Amino acid sequence: MTIDCLVLGAGQEVGKSCVVVTINGKRIMFDCGMHMGHSDHQRYPDFSLISESGDFDNALSCIIITHFHLDHIGALPYFTEVCGYNGPIYMTYPTKALAPLMLEDYRRVLVDRRGEKEQFSSENIADCMKKVTAVDLKQTMLVDRDLQIRAYYAGHVLGAAMFYAKVGDAAMVYTGDYNMTADRHLGAAQIDRLQLDLVITESTYATTIRDSKYVREREFLEAIHKCVDSGGKVLIPAFALGRAQELCMLLDDYWERMNLKVPIYFSAGLTIQANMYYKVLINWASQKVKNLSATRNAFDFKNVHSFERSMINAPGPCVLFATPGMLSGGFSLEVFKQWAPCEQNLIVLPGYCLAETVGHKLMRAKPPARIDVDKSTQIDVRCQIHQLSFSPHTDSKGIMDLIRFLSPKNVILVHGEKPKMASLKERIESDLRIPCYYPANNESQRIETTHYIKAEASKSFLQSSLSPNFKFLKTISRADTGFVLNERAESCVQVCDDRVAEGAVIMQKDQHPKIVHQNELMDILEAENHKVQVAYCCPVCVPDEPKNVALSPGEDMHPVLDKCSLLHLLYTKLSNGFQDVTILNDGDRLQIQSFTVSPCLKEKCPHRIHVNPDSTSEAVNFCCTWSMEDEKLAWRVISSMKNLELKTR
Amino acid sequence: MKLTCLSEGRGYYFPPCHIVNICGFRVLLDCPLDLSALAVFSPLPIVISSLLDEKASIHSGQSSSNSESVRQEVSELLDSKKLIQAEPWYKTVKSLQLWSIYSIDVVLISSPMGMLGLPFLTRLKDFRAKIYATEAASRLGKLMMEDLISMHMELRQFYGPEESGCPQWMTWEKLELLPRALKDIVLGSDRTELGGWMSIYSAADMKGCMEKVQFLKYAEEACYNGSLTIKALSSGLEIGACNWNILSPKGNIIYLSGSVFASATATSFDYKALEDSDVLLYSDFAACNDVDGEKNDFPPATGSSYSSNIGSCWETIPESWLDSDEYSEEMEKVSFICSCVLDTISDGGSVLIPIGRPGVMLQLLENISLSLESSNLKVPIYFVSSVAEELLAFSNIIPEWLSSQLQERFCSGQPLFTHIQLSNEKKLFVSPAIHSSKFLTSWQEPCIVFCPHWSLRLGPVFHLLQRWCADPNSLLIIEERADIKLALLPFEPMSMKVLQCSFISGIKLKKAIPLLKILQPKHVLVPESLRPHISCWNPKFSVQSFSENETVVVPKLKAFADMDIAMDVASELLIDTKMIEGKNIARLKGELLIEQGKYRCVVRNKQVLSSQVRPLLFVGRVDLDSLLMALKKMGMKVAAQSSGGSEHVSLIFISEPSEALIEVTSTQTTISVGDETTASLISEAVRSTSVCF
Repeated sequence: MTIDCLVLGAGQEVGKSCVVVTINGKRIMFDCGMHMGHSDHQRYPDFSLISESGDFDNALSCIIITHFHLDHIGALPYFTEVCGYNGPIYMTYPTKALAPLMLEDYRRVLVDRRGEKEQFSSENIADCMKKVTAVDLKQTMLVDRDLQIRAYYAGHVLGAAMFYAKVGDAAMVYTGDYNMTADRHLGAAQIDRLQLDLVITESTYATTIRDSKYVREREFLEAIHKCVDSGGKVLIPAFALGRAQELCMLLDDYWERMNLKVPIYFSAGLTIQANMYYKVLINWASQKVKNLSATRNAFDFKNVHSFERSMINAPGPCVLFATPGMLSGGFSLEVFKQWAPCEQNLIVLPGYCLAETVGHKLMRAKPPARIDVDKSTQIDVRCQIHQLSFSPHTDSKGIMDLIRFLSPKNVILVHGEKPKMASLKERIESDLRIPCYYPANNESQRIETTHYIKAEASKSFLQSSLSPNFKFLKTISRADTGFVLNERAESCVQVCDDRVAEGAVIMQKDQHPKIVHQNELMDILEAENHKVQVAYCCPVCVPDEPKNVALSPGEDMHPVLDKCSLLHLLYTKLSNGFQDVTILNDGDRLQIQSFTVSPCLKEKCPHRIHVNPDSTSEAVNFCCTWSMEDEKLAWRVISSMKNLELKTR
Repeated sequence: MKLTCLSEGRGYYFPPCHIVNICGFRVLLDCPLDLSALAVFSPLPIVISSLLDEKASIHSGQSSSNSESVRQEVSELLDSKKLIQAEPWYKTVKSLQLWSIYSIDVVLISSPMGMLGLPFLTRLKDFRAKIYATEAASRLGKLMMEDLISMHMELRQFYGPEESGCPQWMTWEKLELLPRALKDIVLGSDRTELGGWMSIYSAADMKGCMEKVQFLKYAEEACYNGSLTIKALSSGLEIGACNWNILSPKGNIIYLSGSVFASATATSFDYKALEDSDVLLYSDFAACNDVDGEKNDFPPATGSSYSSNIGSCWETIPESWLDSDEYSEEMEKVSFICSCVLDTISDGGSVLIPIGRPGVMLQLLENISLSLESSNLKVPIYFVSSVAEELLAFSNIIPEWLSSQLQERFCSGQPLFTHIQLSNEKKLFVSPAIHSSKFLTSWQEPCIVFCPHWSLRLGPVFHLLQRWCADPNSLLIIEERADIKLALLPFEPMSMKVLQCSFISGIKLKKAIPLLKILQPKHVLVPESLRPHISCWNPKFSVQSFSENETVVVPKLKAFADMDIAMDVASELLIDTKMIEGKNIARLKGELLIEQGKYRCVVRNKQVLSSQVRPLLFVGRVDLDSLLMALKKMGMKVAAQSSGGSEHVSLIFISEPSEALIEVTSTQTTISVGDETTASLISEAVRSTSVCF
């Protein structure tokens, strides 16, 4: 049984996440992203590797999307509507609700502003979303009879999830992007301790340990506060989802605390709609936000108003969130053109900017500078620029923590830079002793998986296997052997409870193996148990005895009187010699596992084989019996008995 | 597995209650309250008026003490003065108190109504069970309990602090004086139910109860004690309501509570997840009501012009039972209610809707506001309840728990419910209490009021009923109930119109059978009254019936429990297998774990396993001749002697390499030997010539 993991995207790079995993014959596509850095065929994963004929419905059992970011979902409408995949698609409720906004936003940037050929239309997006089944966290979905999947909170963006998939006994987790520390509006990733053959994890920050976000948040707030205090306008170009709400929450809270009256605006349209979604989906935010929501929904921003085009050149300070992000066109660029030349103003660039976009140029520029906005326009940028780079990915400590917690049999790294992945792989293999791989795009990795044999167990087998099996091992410290008197006080008992399940397996054709307790076996086989025993009547030297007996000749009493004491003498001697086993003394006999020994008073014992003809009359016989499995032990005891001298006084 | 049905319940508001013993764990299924029993109490305004009219009350008291009149026909005797005029108590499931609380391991809550009695259990010192409920059901349950407590506190303000011990009305002298109809409710038809009455729990009890609940999502796997895997699956009855799938190593058990195929508000019935069970506990009593529906001919409610039972159109269910016909029927019902509301409003009357089902209430609120808008009627809608605001806010943030229609609406960018917009537009007024100044200033009639409580004994409803019961233009919309006469008794004479409607709260008989056919369980437990209907079509599964307060023992699901054997353990098995009596036998050695309701045999610590020696088993007889041959082959000098007696004792004497004796009977072989080397040679010979394992 194996898992085959074909990396179609985000192998040794960041962008167009797409991993196709085959578990016991079921094929799952995790994420279906687009690469923002390419505008040619490299933009999408190479779907032809899944099925050359293009019959994706039969080639894939399902698609799972972890969150609404374009590098995880961007190729989905293309794959379903253009390539023609019609099978099931799973994502969380927030992802299902928010993804169309994200896709539409980006489609417009590509088509309307960058003038590229349309890859998929608005109708495509809508049709694609109709095929999606929404799942809740921890909900166990049965894709079909054998394949079950489950989402866990990932904390990367609203609705981001890690996905668990199980087919038969093989199980794996695909993390998507995740964050192991709670942030302002989202909780930290949360997952159960699962038995996993494979974890596919992102590794954006494979080698970095991040400092607290709060420092950068404070710098951001201070920069904005300074700007509006001096009467400037702040422009924050952002996509409608995620960052906009997070920063707005931060600002709204700060405004409240500092009692600021400067208006915060959202450019109308998408963002307002997005806010509505966030309000409804508040249960997917962090616990802190949820707890507050009983009194007031944290996404119900108090100081936020919608923005009209006419207000661009209105006097007075303000803060404006405008779409699209990266200043790639549209309204945010329009505002930028108006505000950038003024020194008082501030542009905040929250996060990644694609190459070629104005945002990207701005990140490298040191104002005052001239920036080409398009072929014919140059803008004189005099305003301040603040870069804000907190991205909600886990750092290397978080990755290691998660892998240590899940302790899978194998790890595959995706969504990271090759050299950093290599060093993380080293750490995982050396620190955690888990094999780790980081295949490149279009490479495939095979992994052996667990497999269980299905069997049926009887009640008495289960009971005997689950009942405690206590052992009391005496450990006497060597140093104390001289102080015989203290022996008792010094010896301590070590208790262990090693339960071993032992039974008989009955295998028959076309049936599950049956497991029974061995006592039940004979009944099931309809056979008789044949008892096999080994016996030996062993003479033990008791040197003082004849003299003592001489006191009352003719009477046969002494052996009986001595029986107990002889046995006890033997017990003490053996206890000293055999400290690794438990010796039971019930007065009549001693027992060590199946080996029993008792004084033999019979005149003629069938087990009295006189190997040694010159055994003296000073000997007392002890009858020993044992089962074959304890052969070694038995002869060890017997040989030590032969060498013993039982002194009655 | 053992099942004891503690209560068959009564419809949506009083779900059934069972105790099931699964794999040695005792599972309590739901812990409801019979709030319809509140009808025996008199609502506050009546008490006040009767206090004012003290003479009359004394007079009537005297007449009723006449034992003869007590035995007269109920209908003659029942008047509002006969209702118990005291602080209400609450009727729990009586039989539950006969069980030791300590012995309950797990409590499963299937609907918000199923947890109303839970604080009575959790406040006990001995309670130690784990409670599972869906997030949404427990949240709604909590709101219902909060509302119940706050409405009760309003009454307590009138009655004063609770008397210690048994209240007056519970003494036998007083109980004897009750009319039979009331006595039937208080004491039960078998006169044993007095012990089930409890005084209200405190807010702290309720809080303590909620802290003990483990919240689940639909289809989330919760593992109890490693051995039971418990899953809640949506039942469609209410937001958050569920059926249960309990997986144990001995098979899985489905608890099928009241289920609705296509619900307008809640997530629909997830029946696909219930397929292929070993035991299905069919605890949806809606079909039973179908069965004896004709027998119970309830007297029509007084003064109702709309008493034509909407539910009756229900009997004609199209064959395509899986289609959304149920949904469209429900929608028809709702639009009929809306049209009645519109009629009333245009006649200048007000509408009072004391419906306690959150799902139905939200749907009515939505549809009534829509139809008001479309017919351009501008009347205010009020929602009066201590938890109204929280309930509405909650309903707007739970897309995961709502019907696919509402989810689609959400995904297309509209809010889940329009009530936020309605209150922004001042069309909906939400108020915690009827006496709040905000409420009073906004008050205008005619209007539409949603309020608790459906028992018509607690909360704002009786004030409003008092106000409108004499108004023939006004309309009361309540759910159909058997004791409607008793419920409306304090408000007689009623000139107000009464619309009784029945909302679907379970699987109809016609759908029960096809459903079971699809689910294909191996064994089904059905209520006694349903058994003939199920058995008559010769199902493929075995059917067993249960009735209240009887313990049913379910035949063993499987003699053997499922177990997984890890590959490394199994591969060792295959090395050493023996053919005995035509069966392949091998030894199993490993560590037994229980995980996720499954036994698993694995190797974790090889040392532990090798440290233990296993006993050898010999099967059948030792073949003397081949044993002799084997011994000779080893170079031993042997002589055999057989005694032909009944014992069949054979002796083998060995003289070389050292002296030894083997005694063989049909059941036993004893080797007497005094030398280790000889002994091991003989052992080997015996092992090689017999079936040894």
